[in-house]
Amino acid sequence: MTATMHTPATQGSNAVFPMTPRGPLSAELMALLSSAPDRDAAVGSLALSVESALAAAESITRDEDVQLSLFVLYGLHYGSLGAVSAEWEWQPALVAARSALERAFETELRATIVVPGLPEPTRDAVAQALSVLTSAESGPSLSRYVAAKATREQLGEFLIQRSVYTLREADPHSWAIPRLTGRAKAALVEIQTDEYGGGRVARMHSEIFATTMRSFGLESRYGHYLPEVPAITLASLNVMSMFGLNRRLRGAIVGHLAAFEMTSSIPNGLYARGFRRLGYGTEVTAYFDEHVAADAVHEQIAAHDLAGALAEDEPELLGDILFGAAACLVVDGWAGAHMLDAWSAGRSSLRAEQR
Amino acid sequence: MTTGQPDAPHNAASITPYPDGPLIVRGDFEILSPDGIAIPAGRKTVALCRCGVSSIKPFCDGTHKLVKFRTEGD
Repeated sequence: MTATMHTPATQGSNAVFPMTPRGPLSAELMALLSSAPDRDAAVGSLALSVESALAAAESITRDEDVQLSLFVLYGLHYGSLGAVSAEWEWQPALVAARSALERAFETELRATIVVPGLPEPTRDAVAQALSVLTSAESGPSLSRYVAAKATREQLGEFLIQRSVYTLREADPHSWAIPRLTGRAKAALVEIQTDEYGGGRVARMHSEIFATTMRSFGLESRYGHYLPEVPAITLASLNVMSMFGLNRRLRGAIVGHLAAFEMTSSIPNGLYARGFRRLGYGTEVTAYFDEHVAADAVHEQIAAHDLAGALAEDEPELLGDILFGAAACLVVDGWAGAHMLDAWSAGRSSLRAEQR
Repeated sequence: MTTGQPDAPHNAASITPYPDGPLIVRGDFEILSPDGIAIPAGRKTVALCRCGVSSIKPFCDGTHKLVKFRTEGD
């Protein structure tokens, strides 16, 4: 596929950001972050812009301006937007803006997402409840479409959409490590060690995915395709970042990881089949093949030793563990449905203005 | 090195049957074919197929969920 290599020069922030703003809030934020770090900058005006952006958003989860703004603010903590000064990370107005956006985002998610009835806070009961939740059919399947029908161009779009998370794979859940203790912490570290290649850079899942992108003919530098990635895909990563970066939501990030791992092995086998169907070799499919075996391990640890043990040790987190799991399934389901809907209608799933 | 398990002697292999799922193997272990050829584990902790339907045996590929594999009564 031919990827858009540049963005229109409508803003002065192109030197710093690979993408252009998507509304007044992201425009103000990106302009601010493109300037020299200043502790007292924009304290009043940014708060007002956040308020107007939230008031203007019909759906916070699908609002391009709000989700891009959240993505940029989380980028300060990940360091994923390389040219932005690290001095901005804890600037009070930026932290306040992020908190206000997060509260609204979380409120919308909690109002929308149905959480199943809570099990007893025991290891086995929680693992069982997560198993039931993650086994439920939820409409058309992206993985079955990729396996049987996706065109070469759609496979490229799929890799681009996934790359927002997978080129930084495992990072959002790693925020939780110091926020857990005891056996839940040991379980999370056991999973993350494998995600990060067990000490071998070439085995890091993010590196394997970068190889997949390059072998497919795509650019693997983080952020390259950001201009083309829609709000719902950014929301999928922003949910993880919000759960991971807020200690009060540590139950939710644990539940999120459990649901993510428990719905991974079988779909990844189908993704690999889709790429093989169009003649791609192991240099492209290695990432998906790896996840069939890896996530069959991770899902057991995540359900029983991580989520189950955490519920036993901190029963007050039980509700958030189930909420985080449900949020993973629902939001990633929306992101998948966005791709399927676009492709079924003969459209690209990427942002039209960039194509 | 084990997770949620009692302490095992240093480096000893442990095998944990997970409910309705695979055998999780941790510690110092080697997986061999019947001919004695090493099968690369690929990772420190592995899941071995217990239901018989995995397509990547001896490893688990998650398919036990599709066939509703149950271990109750073990």
